[in-house]
Amino acid sequence: MRNVLSLKDVTMQFGGVVAVNNLSMDVNEGEIVSLIGPNGAGKTTVFNVITGVYEATNGRILFNEEVMLENYPKGKMKKLYKGENAGVYKKSVVKLPDKITKMGIARTFQNIRLFKSMTVFENVLVAMHLRRKSNVFTATFKLNMKEEKAMREKALELLCEVGLEDVKDELATSLPYGKQRRLEIARALATQPTLLLLDEPAAGMNPQETDELTAFIKHIRDKFNLTVLLIEHHMNLVMDISDRIYVIDFGKLISSGTPEVVQADQRVIDAYLGVTEDE
Amino acid sequence: MKKTTKNIIYIALLLLIFALSYVVDIIAPYSMLVTVLRKGAVYALVAVSMNLLNGFTGLFSLGQAGFMLLGAYTYAIFTIPTAVRESVYYYYEGGIINFQMNMILAMLLAGVVAAIFAYLIGLPVLKLKSDYLAIATLGFAEIVRALAQWDGFGKITNGSNLLKKFPVLDNTTQYFLIVAICIAVIAMLIHSTYGRAFKAIRDDEIAAQAMGINLARHEQLSFVISAFFAGIGGALLAIFQTTVQANAFKSAMTYEILLIVVIGGIGSITGSILGSFLFIACSEWWLRFLDEPMFIGTFQVPLLRTGFRMVVFSVIIMIVVLFFRRGIMGDKEFSLDRIAKLFRKKAKGDKK
Ligand SMILES: Nc1ncnc2c1ncn2[C@@H]1O[C@H](COP(=O)(O)OP(=O)(O)O)[C@@H](O)[C@H]1O
Ligand SMILES: [Mg+2]
Repeated sequence: MRNVLSLKDVTMQFGGVVAVNNLSMDVNEGEIVSLIGPNGAGKTTVFNVITGVYEATNGRILFNEEVMLENYPKGKMKKLYKGENAGVYKKSVVKLPDKITKMGIARTFQNIRLFKSMTVFENVLVAMHLRRKSNVFTATFKLNMKEEKAMREKALELLCEVGLEDVKDELATSLPYGKQRRLEIARALATQPTLLLLDEPAAGMNPQETDELTAFIKHIRDKFNLTVLLIEHHMNLVMDISDRIYVIDFGKLISSGTPEVVQADQRVIDAYLGVTEDE
Repeated sequence: MKKTTKNIIYIALLLLIFALSYVVDIIAPYSMLVTVLRKGAVYALVAVSMNLLNGFTGLFSLGQAGFMLLGAYTYAIFTIPTAVRESVYYYYEGGIINFQMNMILAMLLAGVVAAIFAYLIGLPVLKLKSDYLAIATLGFAEIVRALAQWDGFGKITNGSNLLKKFPVLDNTTQYFLIVAICIAVIAMLIHSTYGRAFKAIRDDEIAAQAMGINLARHEQLSFVISAFFAGIGGALLAIFQTTVQANAFKSAMTYEILLIVVIGGIGSITGSILGSFLFIACSEWWLRFLDEPMFIGTFQVPLLRTGFRMVVFSVIIMIVVLFFRRGIMGDKEFSLDRIAKLFRKKAKGDKK
């Protein structure tokens, strides 16, 4: 199995708060891997570090076996740093989020971030901008009609894929939550990723919608040859869909393995599973 | 309504506007109306260019007057006929430029010079934090205004003296035509894939970046294009005024344009155009009386005196910002569908 994403000793520290603590994990080609943990465990922060929204304080991230990020505590952090493996990483390689998306990592947001002035269709269309061949001149003077047409067709195709073609001309933010989440997925797919990061895609969905989503994620994984990294609280979905699971608490990895292994792990039950079942 | 019918109506409207601009020169030359139409057209272009950046890309820049100054000076400097340079650059032995450019080329050059300056400002500012753009552009506008009047550049800029005797446009239709072409280009840009990217940045920077949109590059692009058209607008303003003097390009000019953008609706091209004509009509014509002392018999109406117009304006600005933040058009465009809808709503309401 080819390795797609690899985090090595990644620490993200905000001031004095260590949100992700020395986390290492691997995602292989074609897998669906879940990242779970209680609220505030640092899951979203892991996504933000992978996608370059935050600059990790220490550690290294490889994407398709290429160094995508490497960093070590610098400046004020030198003194403040509370994580491990200080001094192991000596280079500073940082990429901006748009570059990372271009390399093939797309994501959705836990707190939905659709473009609020745009229609459903335009939200997908704009995500195709990064693969353009046109420049500002050809685009303005409509010398890129072929490309524009192809973009529109592709956008419509993706909307059909997620079942939103009938609301394509509505304002994105006027949709109910479930549909907004699906639109976020369509928009992420429009960037033509090889690795898809989904941050709580089932949040706010009822059990039936959640089941549909489970099938849907598998479907797009197969159809678009994706590798999927998923944050989710719906345990049925996680256990059903995941090839492997990583569990974090307070930013630290507490368990990992197949769903069966993780489910039986006492540390996971203590820290997390026990709690959710009470809810 | 069918698409072809609509297009025919739009074209008819456009032709009507141009016909009017032609007729007005014939029946009412040198009238206030001509002034308003010409200056209104120039300000419409500058307002739309500002809207491209502030309204569609969500960057706050206050450098419009500075870019207009660059455009106005570039145009004037390169189009003054060689024969009259001696008299214009009287204090600087005729200046150092001794050729005359074609008007249209000079206008384009005016845009290019403004764009180059925008590029140089944007390079450091937009790479770091676009929040500083307002301060940087405001400072830039003040600096170019000072430099344009500096004696050291006198051989080029004529120091603090007027630039004059450059060729001007002689009918309103020409103003309308140039402005219409420029605004059409901006509108086409906004409707292109780049325009969508600009709007994405405005709506949500983090999501835009996650969609692979390079923030710095697109912000820079919008900024440079905005400045390009502000530069052309500056050239047109020079043409409208027939003379150029750096002192006219104060930050108050930028605020006027900002006000037009806000009145018209942030993120609406047609709003900026409407707002511009409305604003110019008020400031040049309808509200002029506020600046002149008025007597009823021997009673002098209080408050009316030079400067009072600006007070009234400030109050209007406050009212707009407080209560009509979305302006005339909001972020919508003028369209027949919208008007038809409005009428239908009314008809329905009447029936009830
Ligand atoms: N930008 C930030 N600045 C400071 N603290 C942050 C920031 N982002 C996240 N954190 C902190 O990191 C911790 C983990 O947050 P998050 O990753 O959102 O958790 P999860 O997604 O697992 O619920 C929280 O304690 C949060 O306060
Ligand atoms: Mg989260």
